[in-house]
Amino acid sequence: MIALLRRDLALAIRAGGGFGLGLAFFLIVTVLVPFGVGADTALLGRIAPGILWVGSLLACLLSLDRILALDWEDGSLDLLATAPLPMEGVVSIKAFAHWITTGLPLVAAAPMLGVLLNLPGPGYVWLFVSLALGTPALSVIGTFGAALTVGLKRGGLLMSLLVLPLYVPTLIFGAEVARRGAEGSAVQTPLLMLAGISFGVTALLPFASAAVLRINLR
Amino acid sequence: MSLVIDNLSVARGGIPVLDGVSFALRAGRALVVRGPNGAGKTTLLRTVAGLQPPAQGVIAGDEDTIAYAGHADGLKTMLSVSENLTFWAQVFGTADIEPAVHAFDLVPLRDRLAGTLSAGQKRRLGLARLMVTGRPIWVLDEPTVSLDAASVALFAQAVRRHLEDGGSALMATHIDLGLAEADVLDITPFRAAPRAAASDEAFL
Repeated sequence: MIALLRRDLALAIRAGGGFGLGLAFFLIVTVLVPFGVGADTALLGRIAPGILWVGSLLACLLSLDRILALDWEDGSLDLLATAPLPMEGVVSIKAFAHWITTGLPLVAAAPMLGVLLNLPGPGYVWLFVSLALGTPALSVIGTFGAALTVGLKRGGLLMSLLVLPLYVPTLIFGAEVARRGAEGSAVQTPLLMLAGISFGVTALLPFASAAVLRINLR
Repeated sequence: MSLVIDNLSVARGGIPVLDGVSFALRAGRALVVRGPNGAGKTTLLRTVAGLQPPAQGVIAGDEDTIAYAGHADGLKTMLSVSENLTFWAQVFGTADIEPAVHAFDLVPLRDRLAGTLSAGQKRRLGLARLMVTGRPIWVLDEPTVSLDAASVALFAQAVRRHLEDGGSALMATHIDLGLAEADVLDITPFRAAPRAAASDEAFL
């Protein structure tokens, strides 16, 4: 399992691995918003939590089709399926590797990009906390979508259509945590809901992903 | 460490391909599966390897004894030859990649990225992976595609050594490997009755 994680990280960092693509996309989206909305700092500050959350969600989506499609194309998925690793472990590790290469940089960069959107002072901590709690769910749900569409040619768009609705609860509660944090009101309720979603999907969804992957490999 | 297949039926995409296949693979023996394109060799091997469930019949053998090598080698183009092998060695819980590197003449290539290898060299690396799995039963689908005569001889030698060590091999191949001791199973008589149009779809 550790070997698989290390291989996935090494592949992500080397040429063609796509490491940093999501981050660069996030940066550009966030920079574009003030151009589109105008220089009204009060308005920007109000929409900043939502923009940052939607931006990181789309950045996450961008790299989902790499999670399993590359392994399927070169045949390693067949070989991993016959290896002693349980399929549930394989998809969990793949989701974890995706989170390290995509989610973690987003979490780290979001507070800095908050400055560009004039995010109010108390919002930074809660933006960071909500993204740190929510992005693992994005990776795990995304891996499920990738498992559903693996083997389909041009499956990327279909996967987006399947995955984006599943992202809605995470987005609602994540953005709510950041918004309430920025306004200085109580964040407990959305924070607990967000944590519940994250832990729930991390515990349960790998079984579903492994099951659909086994069917797709037939 | 034997594998017994009894009255096995396999299907591909819901269409029955083979019916009533029975054979036994004992330790130290090799079995070559023959049949025309689209006869169901790949489907049979994938079923035996556990990648798809049999439509009917029994595959009796110990768990986690099969190393499968399909049409694709499962190589990562951005990893070097030894990194690719080391990864699979770690996944299968073995440590030593040296015998495999030597057996398939990969010593001068070990630090090259797999993406820069020729088709035949990639195939050799894919076959070397079988040795690092440490599994007793090799299930090989067209193992000699894109190999030159010398590499085929290397492969035959590796298979022979594997058999001497008590392993066994199930291979689908069209060419003569020079393994005189191998048994041959022609699957043409087992083709499923309402014969689906023979197409190359089974290999896509």
